[in-house]
Amino acid sequence: MLAAGSLAGPAFLLLIVLFFLPVFAVFAIALTDWQFGASSLSFVGLANFREVFADESFRASLVNTIVYVAIVVPGTIVLGLAIALLIESGKSFRAFYRAIHFLPYMATLTAMAIAWEALLHPTIGLVNQTLAGLDLPTANWLRDENTVLPVLAVIGIWQNLGFAMVLFLAGLKSIPQDLYDAADIDGADVWLDRLRTVTLPMLGPVTMFVFIVVALKAFETFDTVQVLTQGGPGHASEMLLYTLYRESFEYLRTGYGASVAAVFLLIVVALTLIQARVLDKKVHYQ
Amino acid sequence: MSAHRLAPPSAILRHAVLLITGALILIPFVWMVSLSIKPPGEIFRASFSFWPEQFYGIENYTKALTNSPLPRYMLNGVIVCAMILALQIIVCAPAAYALAKLDFPGRNLLFAMVLIALILPHEVLSLPLFVLGYQVGILNTYAALIFPYVVSPFGIFLFRQFFKTIPDDVIHAARLDGLSELAIVWRIMVPMALPAIIAFGIFSIVSHWNSLFWPLIAVRDQSLMPPPLGIMVFKNGEAGNDYGPLMAASTLVVAPLIIAFLSAQRWFVEGLTGGAVK
Amino acid sequence: MAAITIEKIEKSFGATPVLRDVSLDIADGEFVTLLGPSGCGKSTLLRILAGLEVQTGGSIAIGERVVDGVRPKRRDVAMVFQSYALYPHMTVQENMAVPLRMRRLSSIQRLPLIGRFLPGTKAVGAEIEKDVMRTAKALGIGHLLGRKPGQLSGGQRQRVAVGRAMVRQPAVFLMDEPLSNLDAKLRVQMRAEIKELHDRLGVTFVYVTHDQSEAMTMSDRVAVMLDGELLQVASPREIYADPDDRRVAEFIGSPKINMLEARVRDNGLAEIAGTSFAIPGDITPGISLALGIRPEAFHLVEAGGDNILTGAVRMIEHMGSDLYVHLAVPGTEHPVIARLLAERAPQIASGQTLHLGVKPERLLLFAADGHRLRPHDHASATVLRMKERVQ
Repeated sequence: MLAAGSLAGPAFLLLIVLFFLPVFAVFAIALTDWQFGASSLSFVGLANFREVFADESFRASLVNTIVYVAIVVPGTIVLGLAIALLIESGKSFRAFYRAIHFLPYMATLTAMAIAWEALLHPTIGLVNQTLAGLDLPTANWLRDENTVLPVLAVIGIWQNLGFAMVLFLAGLKSIPQDLYDAADIDGADVWLDRLRTVTLPMLGPVTMFVFIVVALKAFETFDTVQVLTQGGPGHASEMLLYTLYRESFEYLRTGYGASVAAVFLLIVVALTLIQARVLDKKVHYQ
Repeated sequence: MSAHRLAPPSAILRHAVLLITGALILIPFVWMVSLSIKPPGEIFRASFSFWPEQFYGIENYTKALTNSPLPRYMLNGVIVCAMILALQIIVCAPAAYALAKLDFPGRNLLFAMVLIALILPHEVLSLPLFVLGYQVGILNTYAALIFPYVVSPFGIFLFRQFFKTIPDDVIHAARLDGLSELAIVWRIMVPMALPAIIAFGIFSIVSHWNSLFWPLIAVRDQSLMPPPLGIMVFKNGEAGNDYGPLMAASTLVVAPLIIAFLSAQRWFVEGLTGGAVK
Repeated sequence: MAAITIEKIEKSFGATPVLRDVSLDIADGEFVTLLGPSGCGKSTLLRILAGLEVQTGGSIAIGERVVDGVRPKRRDVAMVFQSYALYPHMTVQENMAVPLRMRRLSSIQRLPLIGRFLPGTKAVGAEIEKDVMRTAKALGIGHLLGRKPGQLSGGQRQRVAVGRAMVRQPAVFLMDEPLSNLDAKLRVQMRAEIKELHDRLGVTFVYVTHDQSEAMTMSDRVAVMLDGELLQVASPREIYADPDDRRVAEFIGSPKINMLEARVRDNGLAEIAGTSFAIPGDITPGISLALGIRPEAFHLVEAGGDNILTGAVRMIEHMGSDLYVHLAVPGTEHPVIARLLAERAPQIASGQTLHLGVKPERLLLFAADGHRLRPHDHASATVLRMKERVQ
């Protein structure tokens, strides 16, 4: 038992210091008037939260984040699934297509954001050039408050759909051939019937996993906001993690930052509970 | 499946659609490389061509490497990623072994902690971690970049899953041969779990090479910055509208992982999807 | 109704042939088992029958209709899979309804949400529910209709799989090792149930297994397959007692048949390990053949001599009612196994010398190429006459 203690001990202590005490500290700071560097503090209850929720920029940030997640998650799942189905429906060039679509997921997003900025440049960007060439309206994508959030969402989908695709491919591969044979015999032998009788239901657990991972990742979007928009124009592309960063480390509003972090944590916990309690039962067929 | 192999027209359609989506996916990469070899004049004279009329690659890449401490950024990235990975394995493998194969009071508690930590978004804890780094006095050093990540819940989880598949008899035999528990971890379990170690290694390196958020908080000195932070500073600084060198720098930052990915695709896919893909 | 004619079926995967020139006629209402070791092509043949696999050559007719190129749905066959292949996300009721929904509802009526409001959908749905219920009751799984496959035991899943096949009353039942995922006790029980089901439904069953006891107990006829070839099709009794081919004799029966290499001498006796055996019929001297002796064909005799194998007891296996005695007979490659009554046990000890006699009519003779030599068989008689002429 001594052995177990010495083996697991370091990890145990580090988990406490680097994960659990910080969670505790986030809530502690959020409930006090402590400022970074100050030597004293007092309990202020929910005052910080009141301030945060009264702040227009935080409300914008929360709404933007939810809208962003609501675009990125379904977009990523639908496109990832469609591409996975297409790849799996034939035998040739599978590895090639998989590699191409997976590439953005592992490319340094900060650097790729810079490339996206060039693409979206109002005058010399490829996007506007193409649109102009087709006589379609152009826009200053990253400086227009109507387009900036959808554009960031497109980048989010672009980055994550490879991840979804790869997981769906693995899910497709693990569907027993017997089930397709049974569907054939039972008469579900056209594409749509097979999809509905076997493929989609069998992908339920994978879809749940992709949903949670991509949703968490979308909530934590930071790099593109920091590099491309800094939350602007106005507050049109403020998102939670960016707000957290700016308030905590640029404006040094410690209590405010901690409150944002606390809200963030609650969202994540809620999301995970939803997964564990409700949806899990419906997609694992036990 | 023979009865459902695609008929030729739909096979062609499959290739057509996948080539189009693939091309759309690749546009940012292609555009980045294209701009990185064009002279300023051509960049600002809007054009569709990928290949420049005047090849300006050498100038742009030289500028990227000399106008900014890009080599230093890359070196920092290598150092930080290597240190993080080494420490993570040193901390996580023994804990994972204890969780998988030993019975001790608090095992369930520890595992529950791992599972909870697994879903905690680390960035959200940055404020307390920043305070901690400040109190210890390591802000603005390599140590600041490394310390939040020395224990990886995902690493413990992944290793535990893998260790559980190794038969107990192997461990019993090792004990009879006189190996200590620590020796069992390093001389039996880790070598046997090499696929999991590699997958985790790729996951760790890719995440930390690409990470912008924490470095932005932890260091101020340019000489300590990892690539994403460095390139952001480069963009915000003198390179601002000088797209050629900026794209060259971006290409150089992205290139190592892309090349590694293309040469070891299967391992990358496995590592980055959490071992969910076998 | 639905006799099956399998004519000269060939199948290869790439360059590897898995079925060679397989022809088989199955009568309407017959229970035929395809028996063979794994990899012999029996499952492939079944999948070709079902339409899940397309043959490389040859033709299949079900009933009066040639079904080559016909989709599984239109062949009027149902299949029970080894893994049961139940849809894990559907209840038992929904699982069993799938084949009926696919047939009785149009593709528009099956659309989610909209479909149920179309005229007729509701009536057909009620009809389907009634049919599912009736089948489920017949199989004793009526109380399981609301559960999902994950909540069922192996035996229950097996019944649901049978139910899904049965519910649409197909002309032909195809079963691919349906019992091999069950434990031994349940397997014996389900064996009887499937046999009963066949008797009750009276439709054609084609059953694939590698388990000879399943094949022997359930079938009207057994088709023994090996390496993609059909070796013999006959009743279980004939397959065992009167095999056409040495490989059939060796595959069927446990413990395995004893095969003794012999040479026919001038006097028409076969010589094995120094002793002479009188063999039935008149077989030409000089040729080599194999003598097959089933373990239970032996009886104990007091002393050695002609028609008697003598050897030392190597091992004794007590099987309860029987005794398997392994005898090392000088001059034979493998030990000879005899199956004796258990009451002999006290008389037999390891190392002891035993004499085993065998009646001539219980000898099975096989030519060097594996074909059965029957003394009165026309073909072998021809061979014998030819040999005579040569001499």
